[in-house]
Amino acid sequence: MMEIGYYPGCALHGSSNDYEKSVQACMGALGARLKELDDWICCGASAAHVINKTLSVALPARNLGLAERDGVSELLAPCPMCSMELIKARRELVDNPGLRQKISEIVEIGLEGKTDVVNLIQVFQKIGIETIRAAVKMPLEGIKAACYYGCLLTRPASVLQFDDCEHPRSMENILEVLGAGSVDWNYKTECCGAGMTMANEPLMLELSNKILANAKAHGANCLVVACPMCHVNLDMKQADVERQYGTNYDLPVYYLSDLVGLALGLSEQALGIDKHFVVKR
Amino acid sequence: MSRIGVFICWCGENIARTVDVAKVAEEAARFPGVRVAVHYKYMCSDPGQSLVRESIAREKLDGIVVASCSPHMHLKTFRAAAKAAGLNPYRVEMANIREHCSWVHHNRDEATAKAIQLVRMSVAKVSQNNPLDPIRVPLTKRALVIGAGVAGIQASLDLADAGHEVVLVEREPSVGGKMAGLSETFPTLDCSQCILTPRMVEVGQHSNIRLYTYSEVESVEGYLGNFTVKIRKKARYVDMSKCTGCGECWTNCPSKKNLSEFDYNMGFRKAIYIPFPQAVPARPVIDSKNCTRLSKGKGCGICEKKCAAGAIMYDDVDKIVEEKVGAIIVATGYKLYKIGQEQDSEKYTGYGEYGYGQYKDVIDSLQFERLVSASGPTGGELKRPSDGATPKNVVFISCVGSRDNAKGMGYCSKICCMYTAKHTMLYKHKVHDGQAHVFYMDIRAGGKNYDEFVRRAIEQDGADYIRGRVSKITEENGKLIVRGADTLTGSPVTIEADMVVLAAAMRPADGIEELAQKLKVGYDEYRFLSESHPKLRPVETNSAGVFVCGACQAPKDIPEAVAQASAAAGKVQVMFAKEELTREPEIAKVNEQTCAACFACVRACPYNAIDKAEIRDRSGKLIKRTARVNSGLCMGCGTCVAVCPSKSADLEGFSEQQIYAMVSSLV
Repeated sequence: MMEIGYYPGCALHGSSNDYEKSVQACMGALGARLKELDDWICCGASAAHVINKTLSVALPARNLGLAERDGVSELLAPCPMCSMELIKARRELVDNPGLRQKISEIVEIGLEGKTDVVNLIQVFQKIGIETIRAAVKMPLEGIKAACYYGCLLTRPASVLQFDDCEHPRSMENILEVLGAGSVDWNYKTECCGAGMTMANEPLMLELSNKILANAKAHGANCLVVACPMCHVNLDMKQADVERQYGTNYDLPVYYLSDLVGLALGLSEQALGIDKHFVVKR
Repeated sequence: MSRIGVFICWCGENIARTVDVAKVAEEAARFPGVRVAVHYKYMCSDPGQSLVRESIAREKLDGIVVASCSPHMHLKTFRAAAKAAGLNPYRVEMANIREHCSWVHHNRDEATAKAIQLVRMSVAKVSQNNPLDPIRVPLTKRALVIGAGVAGIQASLDLADAGHEVVLVEREPSVGGKMAGLSETFPTLDCSQCILTPRMVEVGQHSNIRLYTYSEVESVEGYLGNFTVKIRKKARYVDMSKCTGCGECWTNCPSKKNLSEFDYNMGFRKAIYIPFPQAVPARPVIDSKNCTRLSKGKGCGICEKKCAAGAIMYDDVDKIVEEKVGAIIVATGYKLYKIGQEQDSEKYTGYGEYGYGQYKDVIDSLQFERLVSASGPTGGELKRPSDGATPKNVVFISCVGSRDNAKGMGYCSKICCMYTAKHTMLYKHKVHDGQAHVFYMDIRAGGKNYDEFVRRAIEQDGADYIRGRVSKITEENGKLIVRGADTLTGSPVTIEADMVVLAAAMRPADGIEELAQKLKVGYDEYRFLSESHPKLRPVETNSAGVFVCGACQAPKDIPEAVAQASAAAGKVQVMFAKEELTREPEIAKVNEQTCAACFACVRACPYNAIDKAEIRDRSGKLIKRTARVNSGLCMGCGTCVAVCPSKSADLEGFSEQQIYAMVSSLV
């Protein structure tokens, strides 16, 4: 059995524990065991980089150091903010020996930048599209998904280089081997407003509405995401969007791991899909 | 050899501030063989040079050392002075006591001591300098011009009119280049074809021009004044000597749906075709991939049946011809940067956000030229590619790729501001109730009547100029939703457009690297060919006898390309004004008596300047084999000297013995 290091980050242990359940179940079905990093701390996303540059490297660097200490060669961070922060920090540590020295002293762990950090799409790519194709038991017929990447899954382009940051195709490629269809649409990489959920809800509703409306207009019958924040906005807040704009979308929002899991024959309960707000009719 | 003069220059304060020139002169006067040692404030000045000349004459000097600046600055000056005084110019040495000494040291005593040592070495060297004569090289007064766009056409006609034979090679089936496909040109809006086609015809008919279209340069050998060029004439499947250009073949060819390269895939052509009606030569080629007969090896054959002249040759093959020329002008022009995701090099990335290649109505600026050109696929009527509707709202985006380091191009493509202004005008003149919007970073309109032209586009033709970038183009309900920013008002802008035109960056034409390597011409990080000096030698290259003009050197517009082409032709004429050429004689020489014919030098020479030769007696009997330096090619780098195991190779004017003498003088 393949073992992959696992960094849940705050969301997967809190508001998005359905995502954790989904990722854990799906990985297990693919023969990969997730080993959670012992004593992990906040990745620093959303706040640290605007306050203090050193802090914004040190927070993810400590987690990288823990992974190195435990001999983890691959670390899965299913939240794209976490994975982006970790990948970016690793790059900076590798490129700048002076910074690496300084940060090593701050976090009190020797750092070499050996651990490869991957997000959810990349982990499926590592496992192998063909391996997944071979493992499919229940092809997903009837699904026409709008794959939604949001802001950070593919950006910044210089940090995340696994797909075209403006016109990504990697989720569609995975859906294809699951037997699911996908639609061409326009809001794949637009912002859902997650950063503004607390501060400016009307703006968040407007941005999410555009995404849902465009997906619907292009014939999608569900959305697929790989980010806990996107999921909160598009799933939990979908009713608020509908109320605000007098519309009715009824678009279930799946994590990419949900669809892989379903195709592998797992139940909705096993994947935590029953915890979602919008249910498939 | 014992009558050496040493001339120490103060270079004003440059040397004298740090080096005690009087002390250097005093010391130098005591070196073996030195007859006279003097110092002077500006040795390169007229009085300084007279001092050198008079000393040579008075003291009957047989060698001089000038201790001053770098030989790059003034070696020529002092060699000329020596020659004027009757001394062989190759018995002049320079000791660089400025760049190598006074400019880089602070301590006066130490700098003076170093200057003395530098002079000592030069004296030791000059005492063993052989008198040399410049090498005379014969000159073929014919020129090769590569590329028959407007620059290549101009250069060829200039040279041909001056009475020189020109070999003009063009890769495409017709001459004319990019300009032949343009609609109207800025800043006068004169029709591009109307001004170009007479020149194309002239090229086709000129008795001094040998035109090879649908041909490429295969290899280049030789050197300044004596190049041998092999040209690949690609199989045309049409006998040019028989074809009358009547058009029966392409009118009747049933293979119609082939994308036209000349229309940038916006229109169609036959499998046997001329790219456009005014093509020169007006002789077709067969596109073997799309021709039924050629791709399947049988069937069709309609063109052959229709050709009254019997010019169709289905069994045609590529042919290699050889031409001898004395000079080469490169005018291979440009192509547009690919906007979409697929790029030809990892260095470049595309703009996924603009949807080029995904949305039919997002086109590049050369495609727009064809859409508004009378000879274009729509006959000059502005119809958008997706459904043929007249676009009422058109967005033009400048700097697509240009000035964007993130996409791999840091440079300004220079012509886009102007042609985008022109595009908005042409659009408005065709669609009176339409609106043109331009997203720009800056408007760069330097040039005669250029800024006035842009103002006209804005003020008279009402183009809506928005300073800012476009972040995304999407398609909704048949409209292109263009979202961007107006950075002057600081607000986001959304325009529902019917068509979007992207001013893609200019890049050198395909194959430029291979060609540059064949010609031994340098290129920059963007693959634009390097001129020899950015200001003073703008059309020369570091490869002697090879010149550049047009957009292969840097992005430029038609007037500039034409001016540069005439400049290149002028430089070739300067060369051709002489009966023979001379080269510096400081090159390698092989002692053929001691050469063991191992030919290590032949393999090591970076210029292919060493031949394997045979020495035979009168009856033709082989005495020995030897390496022999081609004095036309040798650049005097000394690699052969370093590799020769029998010490048979040596450099004239820089022999191993001289280097040994220099070292010995110090120890």
